[in-house]
Amino acid sequence: MGRQTPLFKLHQELGARIVDFGGWDMPVQYSSQIGEHHAVRRAAGVFDVSHMCVVELRGARVRALLQRLLANDVAKLRTPGKALYGCMLNERGGVIDDTIVYYLSDSWFRAVVNAGTRDKDLAWIRRHASACGVEVTERTDLAMLAIQGPEGRAKAAQLLAAADAGAALALPTFVGREIGGWFVARTGYTGEDGFEIMMPAADAVPAWRQLNSFGVASCGLGARDTLRLEAGMNLYGNDMDEGTQPFESGLGWTVAMEPRERAFIGREALEPIARGGSPRKLVGLVLTERGVLRSHQRVVIPGGGEGEITSGTFSPTLERSIAFARVPAGTGAAVQVEVRGKLLNVRVVKPPFVRFGQSLIESSKGPS
Amino acid sequence: MSTVPADLKYTRSHEWVRTLADGTVAVGITDHAQHALGDLVFVEVPEAGRAVKAGEPCAVVESVKAASDVYAPLAGEVTAGNPKLKEKPETLNTDPYGEGWLMRLKPAPGALTGAALLSAADYQKVLEAEGG
Repeated sequence: MGRQTPLFKLHQELGARIVDFGGWDMPVQYSSQIGEHHAVRRAAGVFDVSHMCVVELRGARVRALLQRLLANDVAKLRTPGKALYGCMLNERGGVIDDTIVYYLSDSWFRAVVNAGTRDKDLAWIRRHASACGVEVTERTDLAMLAIQGPEGRAKAAQLLAAADAGAALALPTFVGREIGGWFVARTGYTGEDGFEIMMPAADAVPAWRQLNSFGVASCGLGARDTLRLEAGMNLYGNDMDEGTQPFESGLGWTVAMEPRERAFIGREALEPIARGGSPRKLVGLVLTERGVLRSHQRVVIPGGGEGEITSGTFSPTLERSIAFARVPAGTGAAVQVEVRGKLLNVRVVKPPFVRFGQSLIESSKGPS
Repeated sequence: MSTVPADLKYTRSHEWVRTLADGTVAVGITDHAQHALGDLVFVEVPEAGRAVKAGEPCAVVESVKAASDVYAPLAGEVTAGNPKLKEKPETLNTDPYGEGWLMRLKPAPGALTGAALLSAADYQKVLEAEGG
C-alpha cells in the first residue's frame, strides 16, 4: 500500500479505481475516463493533486538560491503571488524536475514539485539551500485540489465567503494568493481556466463534496493525463528526465539564457545548444489513421533517421490519437510510427493540440 | 460487480466463448475485462481465414490507457471479425457479451472439447481470487 492523501477514503467511497502513482494510492478514474475528460473541457472537474509536494523556501537569499536552481529566472517575478514555471537542471543540463514557484515575498517562495521525484528534489534543494541560508520546509499538512474547466473558477468561488469569492475571481492568470485561509492560484494542467487550491487537509473532503454538489465532476489521473497532453504540457519522466535537456523537450521557452551572468546550474552544458541549436526537438504528432500512439513507439523519418514517442494517447476532444515525440531537428511535416510491426502515417504539428475547449490542429500550419 | 452469464465458457485471461447453432463459436472479452480496461477507443480484430492456435494473441483492444492482447481461447479458423468495432469500439464497453463480440471461430477438430475452458462458476472464482 502506498501513501494516501486526505481524500483517499472519499475516492474509494466514490467508486474510484485506485492505482499506484509515484508511491501514492491515487484515483485513476471514477466512472469513465473519457467522460471525466469532457467534463473538464465543457464544464468543470476536480482533481486530487495532494500528492504533489509543496515546499516553502524562506530566507533573505531565497531569490539568489532559485536563480541558481532554476533554468528560468525568478527575477521575472515582481508582483507577490506571481508564479513561474521552470526546470531544475543537473550540471549536464538534464532535467531533475519541473516545478512551479510562487513569489510570496522577498524572503519567501513556495515551490510545487512532482510526487514521484519528491525525495531527490528535496535533497537537491536542501543541498544548495544551506549555502544560501534558506530554510526548506515540506508542507505535508496541506491538501491540494485542482478545479478546472470553463465553469471551474465560478464553481470553486462558491466554496468561499462572498468577499473572498470576489478576490479569488479577480486573480490574474498564473497568480496565487492567500484567500480565506486557503492558497488559491489560477493555475492548472489541463489547458482550461481554473484554480489550484492548497488548503488544510481537514478542509479537503467537505470542499470536494460541495464541489460535487455544485455539479463539478470528480476526475482521476487518467483524465488529467489526456487533458495535459492535449494542452501540450509535459509530464516529467515521460517527456523529459535527467538524460534530456530542455531544448530537446519542448521547454526551451523556460530557459532564461539572459542575463548572461546568471550562473544557474546546467548553464554551461546548455550554452552550445542555445547558440548552435539542439540536434533533437520535441514535436506533436497526430495520427491520421485508426490506432493509438503510445510512449516508446519508434518514429520513422522519411529520408532517414528516427525518433521516439515520449507520451501518446487517444485524444477524446479530437477523437484521434495524439502524441509527443523526440525527433531529429530537421524532421518535416510527415512521419511514420511503428505500431505492432506496421507503419502508420502521422502528421507533425506544433503543440498544444487543444486550448480552452477548441482544437488547434485543423488550423495548424505544421511544425515550427 | 461484473456480470458472468451462466451459458458461456471462459478463460483465465478473461475471454468468453459462446457455441453457436452452426458449430462455430463467438469470442469476446468479459464484462470484468472491459471494466478493468476502461473506455475502449480502438479494436483490431483478425481477418477471416486466419488460423489461430489456442492461447495465440489474435486481437488487440486499446483503451485510453493501454493496449491489451486478446488470446484465442481455442484452436481454429477465424470465420469473421466483428466489423462494427472499427467504427464503434465503445460497443465493447456497453455490450461485451452481445454486440461487442470480437470474432467468430470454426474450432479445429476436437478443439472445443479439448480446450481447458472454465464454467461460469469457475470463472467467477477466478475473479474472486483476483479480488474483483
